[in-house]
This record gives sequence, C-alpha cells and structure tokens, in this order.
Amino acid sequence: MAAERIYEVMFIIDPNAGAEDVTRLTDNLQQTVTDLGGTITKNEDMGRRTLAYPIGRKNEGHYVLFEIEGSGREIAELERRMRVNDQVLRYITVRVDEDRRRAEKFKAKRARRASKRPMAASAGARSTAVVAPPVKEESDEA
Amino acid sequence: MSSNYDDRDRGFDRDDNDDRGDRGGRGGRGGGRRAHRRKVCGFCREKVDLIDFKDVKLLQGFIPERGKILPRRISGSCATHQRMLSEAIKRARNIALLPYATD
Repeated sequence: MAAERIYEVMFIIDPNAGAEDVTRLTDNLQQTVTDLGGTITKNEDMGRRTLAYPIGRKNEGHYVLFEIEGSGREIAELERRMRVNDQVLRYITVRVDEDRRRAEKFKAKRARRASKRPMAASAGARSTAVVAPPVKEESDEA
Repeated sequence: MSSNYDDRDRGFDRDDNDDRGDRGGRGGRGGGRRAHRRKVCGFCREKVDLIDFKDVKLLQGFIPERGKILPRRISGSCATHQRMLSEAIKRARNIALLPYATD
C-alpha cells in the first residue's frame, strides 16, 4: 500500500470574479478532488494580491492554496478543470511529501548529532567505552 | 554590473564574525586577491531544512533589483540550500509571486 502523496496546489482566480464566484469555484474544485478519493487537508484563501507581472492584462489576482492528500489521479483532473476554466489565471502543483520527509531526516540527523556530542564531552575520556548509541533514535527513516 | 549586488539586504546578516575565522595566512596562490572571510551559509546557520516557494519575504532577499537569483558566490549559501532556494524562486515566479525580470 503505497503511501499517500501530498500536494500543494496554488491557483490564481480572476480579480473580476466576485466573492461568491470565488467560493463557488473553490467549492467546485474541492468537490472534484474529494470525488476522486483525495482529501483536502488545508484550504487557505490568501486573498487578493498584486501579481509580480501581468497575466492576461491583469495586475491583480485572488490566490487560493489547497493542500491535498491523494494518489495523484485527482490532481490530474483538478488541473484539467483549472485549465479549462477561464477564471483561473494560473495554477501550480507541487508535490511536497518527499521534500518534507527529507527535511525531517535532516532534522533527525541534527538532533542525533547534537545529542551525541555533549555526551562524549562530559564523559571525559573519549577513547574508553565507545559511547553507546543514543537511546531514542530507532526512527531513522521515518 | 556586479556592483548591483553589493549592499542589499539578503535576509540574513552574514557579516558577524563566526568562529570559523578567516583563512588568512594561506599560501601565496592567487596573489592580488583580497583576503576574504569564509562565508557561512545563512540557511545552514539558521537550520533551515525546507525553503518554501510561498515565503515571498524570504525569497525577496535573494533577488536583487534586476530580478535575477543572487549567485552563491555572493550570498555564500551552500550548494544544497542554493538549489532549494533557486527551485523555490522559480516556482514563485511561475505563480507570479516574484517577477521574472524587472527593470
């Protein structure tokens, strides 16, 4: 059973769309994801922002961020919908689970090193009794 | 051109004297070069494991006026973090959080 993947999907909605248009659109998109078996773990409305460069003659946009857990199929459908929809100016999907796992690993490594070093120093003689492995580190590649 | 990079805010102040001192008394190679302090990667020091493309405030410190990505030789980032950084900046550009070019 393959682990679920985690994606971040950010998209920009046309600034001319009204508030209810925005909610309708995001609800719709959420629906497509859940219909295909994905779960939305975060739905963040980042509000209107000025674009760093104009997209389709527009200088502003309404940013929305989803965090989705799923197999990847719902992403394909979601992207298709967004491509078709004229109100979505742009979208980006980033797979984040791998990067996060990597970050965890770095963190664990650092913690291990930190816990090792002071121990060796306080033990005085470093040569005697090659310090027993720290206790709480069996979860190496969590 | 390169003076563009000189004194802009880069998100970290890399200038304080870390204990990794200058490698001053090294041999004569590279003659006229200014003796420089070894730069330490700001991300490593801050123990950053992940650079997020949504973190515009952070990324902005690494794009000088022109909108280009600040090179490693200026910022002193290590290879790993520079890679994460450039990846994040490119993503941010795609979604119009950061400009591709400005003038």
